[in-house]
Amino acid sequence: MWDYLKLVIYGLIAILAAIATTYARDIAYLVHAVLVVAIAGGLFIYTLRRMGYEPAPKTGYLDGPIRIGVALTAFWGVVGFLVGTYIAFMLAFPEMNFAWAEGYLNFGRLRPLHTSAVIFAFGGTALITSSFYVVQRTSGARLFNDGLAWFVFWGYQIVILLAATGYILGSTQGKEYAEPEWYTDLWLTIVWVGYLVLFMGTLMKRKEPHIYVANWFYLSFIVTIALLHVVNNLSIPVSIFGSKSVQVFAGVQDAMTQWWYGHNAVGFFLTAGFLGMMYYFIPKQAERPVFSYKLSIIHFWALIFLYIWAGPHHLHYTALPDWASTLGMVFSVVLWMPSWGGMINGLMTLSGAWDKLRTDPIIRMMVVSVGFYGMSTFEGPMMSIKAVNSLSHYTDWTIGHVHSGALGWNGMITFGMLYFLFPKLWNKAGLYSLRLVSWHFWLATIGIVLYAASMWVTGIMEGLMWREVDAQGFLVNSFADTVAAKFPMYLVRGFGGVLYLTGALIMAYNLWMTVRRAPLAEATPAAAPAE
Amino acid sequence: MDTYSIFRQIADSWVLLAMFMFFVGTVLWVFRPGSRELHKDAAQAPFRNDQPATDGETRGAYHKEARQ
Repeated sequence: MWDYLKLVIYGLIAILAAIATTYARDIAYLVHAVLVVAIAGGLFIYTLRRMGYEPAPKTGYLDGPIRIGVALTAFWGVVGFLVGTYIAFMLAFPEMNFAWAEGYLNFGRLRPLHTSAVIFAFGGTALITSSFYVVQRTSGARLFNDGLAWFVFWGYQIVILLAATGYILGSTQGKEYAEPEWYTDLWLTIVWVGYLVLFMGTLMKRKEPHIYVANWFYLSFIVTIALLHVVNNLSIPVSIFGSKSVQVFAGVQDAMTQWWYGHNAVGFFLTAGFLGMMYYFIPKQAERPVFSYKLSIIHFWALIFLYIWAGPHHLHYTALPDWASTLGMVFSVVLWMPSWGGMINGLMTLSGAWDKLRTDPIIRMMVVSVGFYGMSTFEGPMMSIKAVNSLSHYTDWTIGHVHSGALGWNGMITFGMLYFLFPKLWNKAGLYSLRLVSWHFWLATIGIVLYAASMWVTGIMEGLMWREVDAQGFLVNSFADTVAAKFPMYLVRGFGGVLYLTGALIMAYNLWMTVRRAPLAEATPAAAPAE
Repeated sequence: MDTYSIFRQIADSWVLLAMFMFFVGTVLWVFRPGSRELHKDAAQAPFRNDQPATDGETRGAYHKEARQ
């Protein structure tokens, strides 16, 4: 019965999208309508061909979407790093904005492609995949509904596809990290509600008395992203057959809503969600429980209560009222404490097992990741102080800060997660090569150091150059002077990106060979029957 | 008074107090007597769930002891 209903739904979506192609008012909408026809049509045929088959037995944990998810995480990582490295060299060599690709592949179009590819494609897929794994392995229960899990997984990949193609074709609402237009936003809302139901449903049927702390972080990530996404994307489409929409908020209210969203995307997507990963994968890899469970709970509540107020520090010295930007600054500085509490908790989980750092490059990766979490959660509060911000804002220091967090913290913990999960999911005795993990570790670490250091230098330099005045009070430097002065640092940054990308390619090769070549794990004894 | 001022006044008095009390409450609750055993047990959750539990089975030593 459900299969027939699915056929009707897929068929209707395909027909409606086909009609929409004929009315499409812009190229992005047209391409997206064609994509929807192809996806819905493909699913229609897929469902039709499988009608009447017995469904696979639902035993054990649901690992299907997780296996595809870890592979896609590695794939999106490589794509995102590649685009990032490319646009880094575009800044050094503007000739790379080729005339023939103008309007499609110039810096302005590729930059959101890079940010969304690393944050939402690489990070988002890593979060959804790892949350599926962790919630099952800390609840002792299979995901609450198989079909819903597949829907959430592939539905999110469709969001990525629509967003990425939209950026190239110019469909954007111009809000940083919230660029996708109204129909992509609506689709993400549907997928996200499904994700929340799936996660909550699994927690409700758990066999553990307590909800493990990693799940608290994942749940706060899911709930808060739902809230942020809906409020920041309140907009009215100009036409139902076009991709353009108009924001409901205007002026400083819109700016504040955008950075309330933007900073909490950092706080709940890139921090809370990834802390969920930290609280599961570091104890598992170190084979020791988390250092202090009490601290992890306090870490959670303090982070939740403080992060939501920190957004205004993105709008210092703007039309935003002074009290609001002071509030944002104060909360950002206070936020330093729970962040470091979490860092200490992650690092001290290794107490008594520090020798593993010498022998296990995966745990080394995770520890460096937490180290970068600590570094960027110190740097962030410092940069949110108004006096510091007056120097750092609009300079490359900000970009350096973002990347020490994203490459160091999010990237490294995700690599650790992938290296942990691949052997587990394909039932292998271990990774194909630990030497290659070491190579990846050092390439990535040196890459981040080059990136962050060059951005500190160039950021502070341009900040000082912008404010330099002569004896008469005239500005000394033109904007072009600062651009010229930054050239050597842009080369160093690009080289750091090349190293980081090379490390990721080595990882992809290592993971591929782990699936293909690594020996199988010894047969584990079946689960002991319940007494 | 206009809507903004009313909301503003509620937000920076009672709502602020309520949220702060809730936060302090969670921290105190973490240190309640008897929480040590529960937390010790909860921290072990990642290590005992490599296979899903069967019907009717409940994991976690703390839970079992509490029931006895």
